[in-house]
Amino acid sequence: MEFIKTEIRSGAYYDSVVLMHLQRSLLELPGVLDSGVVMGTDANKEVLEQSALLVDEIKSAGADDLIIVVKGADEAQTTSAISRVDELIAARRGGGIEQDYRAKTLDTAAKMNPAAQWVLVSVPGRYAAGVAREALGLNKNVFLYSDNVSLEDELSLKKEAAEKGLLVMGPDCGTAIVNGVGLGFANKVRRGAIGMVAASGTGLQQVTLRIHQMGGGITHAIGTGGRDLSEAVNAATLRQALDALNRDENTKVIVLLSKPPSPKVAADIIGAARKASKPVIVNFIGYAASMRQVDNVTFAATFDETAQLAIQAEQNPQAETQELNLARFAEGQRYLRGLFSGGTLAYEAQLILRDYLPAVYSNAPLDKALSLPDPLVSQENSIVDLGEDVFTVGRLHPMMDNDLRIRRLEKEARDPETAVILLDVVLGYGSHPNPASELAPAIAKARAAAQEAGRYLEVVALVAGTDEDPQNMDEQIRLLKEAGAIVEVSNDVAARRVGRLTQALTRRGVNPTAATNPPVALQTLNQPLAAINVGLESFFEALTAQGAEVVHVDWKPAAGGNEKMMDILARMKSKK
Amino acid sequence: MDIEKANDTAIERMMESRPMLIGMGVARDVIPGMSDDLLMHAGPPITWARASGPMRGAITGALIYEGKAKDMAEAQALVESGKIKLEPCHHHHAVGPMAGVTSPSMWVYIVENKTHGNRTFSNVNEGYGKVLRYGAYSEDVQERLHWLNDTMAPVLAKAIELSGGLDMRALIAEALHMGDEGHNRNKAGSFMYTAKLAPYVAQAAPNSELAAQIIKSLGDNALSVLNPVMAACKAMAETAHDIEGSTIVSVMARNGTDFGMRVSGLGDRWFTAPVATPQGLYFPGFSEADASGDIGDSTITETAGIGGFAMATAPAIVTFVSGKPKDAINATLEMYEITHGEHKYFTVPPLDFRGTPTGIDIRKVVETGITPRVNTGIAHKDAGVGQIGAGLVRPPFEMFQEAFMAYAEKYGFA
Repeated sequence: MEFIKTEIRSGAYYDSVVLMHLQRSLLELPGVLDSGVVMGTDANKEVLEQSALLVDEIKSAGADDLIIVVKGADEAQTTSAISRVDELIAARRGGGIEQDYRAKTLDTAAKMNPAAQWVLVSVPGRYAAGVAREALGLNKNVFLYSDNVSLEDELSLKKEAAEKGLLVMGPDCGTAIVNGVGLGFANKVRRGAIGMVAASGTGLQQVTLRIHQMGGGITHAIGTGGRDLSEAVNAATLRQALDALNRDENTKVIVLLSKPPSPKVAADIIGAARKASKPVIVNFIGYAASMRQVDNVTFAATFDETAQLAIQAEQNPQAETQELNLARFAEGQRYLRGLFSGGTLAYEAQLILRDYLPAVYSNAPLDKALSLPDPLVSQENSIVDLGEDVFTVGRLHPMMDNDLRIRRLEKEARDPETAVILLDVVLGYGSHPNPASELAPAIAKARAAAQEAGRYLEVVALVAGTDEDPQNMDEQIRLLKEAGAIVEVSNDVAARRVGRLTQALTRRGVNPTAATNPPVALQTLNQPLAAINVGLESFFEALTAQGAEVVHVDWKPAAGGNEKMMDILARMKSKK
Repeated sequence: MDIEKANDTAIERMMESRPMLIGMGVARDVIPGMSDDLLMHAGPPITWARASGPMRGAITGALIYEGKAKDMAEAQALVESGKIKLEPCHHHHAVGPMAGVTSPSMWVYIVENKTHGNRTFSNVNEGYGKVLRYGAYSEDVQERLHWLNDTMAPVLAKAIELSGGLDMRALIAEALHMGDEGHNRNKAGSFMYTAKLAPYVAQAAPNSELAAQIIKSLGDNALSVLNPVMAACKAMAETAHDIEGSTIVSVMARNGTDFGMRVSGLGDRWFTAPVATPQGLYFPGFSEADASGDIGDSTITETAGIGGFAMATAPAIVTFVSGKPKDAINATLEMYEITHGEHKYFTVPPLDFRGTPTGIDIRKVVETGITPRVNTGIAHKDAGVGQIGAGLVRPPFEMFQEAFMAYAEKYGFA
């Protein structure tokens, strides 16, 4: 037995597609064998007739009438079905989850999120380099989470990035914090003034979270990927990131962190860190630093210590950084001449200067190869111990007799290659009763002579004494300063001061290799983070939760992973 | 050779085309290469043996209309003996919806591209239900065909001439802003078309009774403008063909058995693969089991940057794919992934008037695995029944891979 129930609604207009959908919904109800929901046009009535649904009750319906017909096997079910029409229409209107468009390609995602500076790549390794390359092609920085990226790919990606002033974090970079937003795996860490570059994912997390626990905060924590400090990669990313953090005004302290690095690269990076204008805390696991601190660089052995030192450095900013002002020096001026009366002070100065200068000659060298052939004649950078026997035969020790030093001072000052003269002024019982009264006029004269010759002569005097010494230390310092000398009271500080200056003069005019590449734009780090995520959806969700502007790419391997076609596509693209 | 430049040229030519509906004529008089022993059909070349039900029905109906056969057996004999030849509409600058069968005596629209001078053609739309283009060929179908061709067309032809021609690009652009996408939904376009021609029909008709019938016929049929729209799309798309090095698709068409495609830089070769069955909604009493394979030249709309590609302009029909209005937006957004550019004149209001995705690039299809979205009517698989639903279909991916490899070989990328 079949039952047909009908309903006619006059003046109700629905789009035919809505009606077709309603009809399908009716068909899904229990006991419904067939249904028709149409406007009562002649054509539609003909269609109903073909399906044997055009019963008499609805034949009179006109083009503006909505016809609803339900055929069922059971009267109750048929009646129930037709009574649910409004409910079914309303259910459609209720909407539901509307999904935003998911980009299928990086190109489209870039158009959808033009502000994106970063592309997060977490696709399978063999496709990752291709995606990263595409991102660089769009002038985006890359967070390359994927591992199993070949060394050649890493080298070529980082080379391209450096040439464009872009960063490639990774491959195998698990974590980073950019402008307060965690990429990949990252802890929620307070914003602050400590910037970090790390070739160690868990290290980065551990140090950033300890900084947070200790009350400090992070500007940016940039990952480099575990291989960055290998000899082959030569810290390509770390160098860029260090330079960027050094320029970043919000970053007051920089932390460098790495798994055991290549010793050669590590030494080179420490050199670069010392050129930074900010305190740098270095924790290169397994790297044996010869001392705990060099200039602005402090070495830490553990993550905790790294965090502590970083916070301390932030809280106690170093005294004003040295103003080198290289422009004052004439073109040929580049050497240091040290004229010491104290033998061990001369030794220590040479030791400290090793951090700055490749070779310092001396009549009392730490290394025989750096012996001055003639103690009376300085060459290049020289530290002369005027208390050595050769100088004291038949005369008083220079601590008591300034004559020899003054003559040597005049001689060094005349040398157009001399830029800095370092000398010690040792006070105390037994020493000259008023050394400054003789040395200060000599210094003033030497500087004046240099100036007349178109040069600038820096004189640094180490005053070794106490305020209770008989010479009146304050007065000695005053006299020396008046003569234009810079006065230090620590041999270490004095040696480093001249070391930095001489090093800078030596490098003057020599273009560092990296300078040919544009620097990483600071907006990359300091604009509100906007990104494109290719790969793991959880990264997209995490970024969204952190309020970043992110577009996710529903990524699939190009050409469905067909390698032949992928190769052809790559060839076509390279021809562009 | 620069692929990007070649594609720029291809879509620039397509977009700058200005197709005008300038008149109508009898196929044998106006279509180049049309002859009395020829039937044109939709899609790539087909034989009787491989033809689908609706295609066979439409061929039969056309031969009955021409007075050459009485039934399907006679039609089959004529075609199989070679006395009647079958050729794709696309070989004659023509397009036809669904089976697309156009016979020598039928009237066709004439569209002229004012920019490039090429002329294209399409037959007259019969409306919904049991119609020739869906393979129905019964007596009432014949009657309607005769009225459309013998009675309406001569008047309509005169009316179009009196109107001075209709700018189809402008009409399509406006219809897109009124909820049409130009393929499955042509309601607004058909109203505009009717409104623009009605005064001239009134002038051209021998009596007011016939004028009223014609105007009513055009106005009642929400697809009356489909055929001129398709001819206009053909006029635009064919100017993008034969650009050396271009990877842009210049033809997509289906004959119910095969999906066929031509690529600008690959000459007149058809790339084909078996058609899929559309997914969609069905009229009462029908289901997917009754559906014919995908059929018709109407994919020329997607080729030219409208139809499924302009889905975002027609949210009312997104339910064809049982979706939400946002799915309409997403459908269009997806097509930007595989197209070379954005249309200058066809724009999408909900996407901030962004141009429709225009110029399918076979490289992008192969790279992304995304095939074009096609909105389509669904024919019954048996001859003589007609339309049973409407929905969405995508061309077979293999066809794009084959064309891609052919391109790579021709241009030395393989």
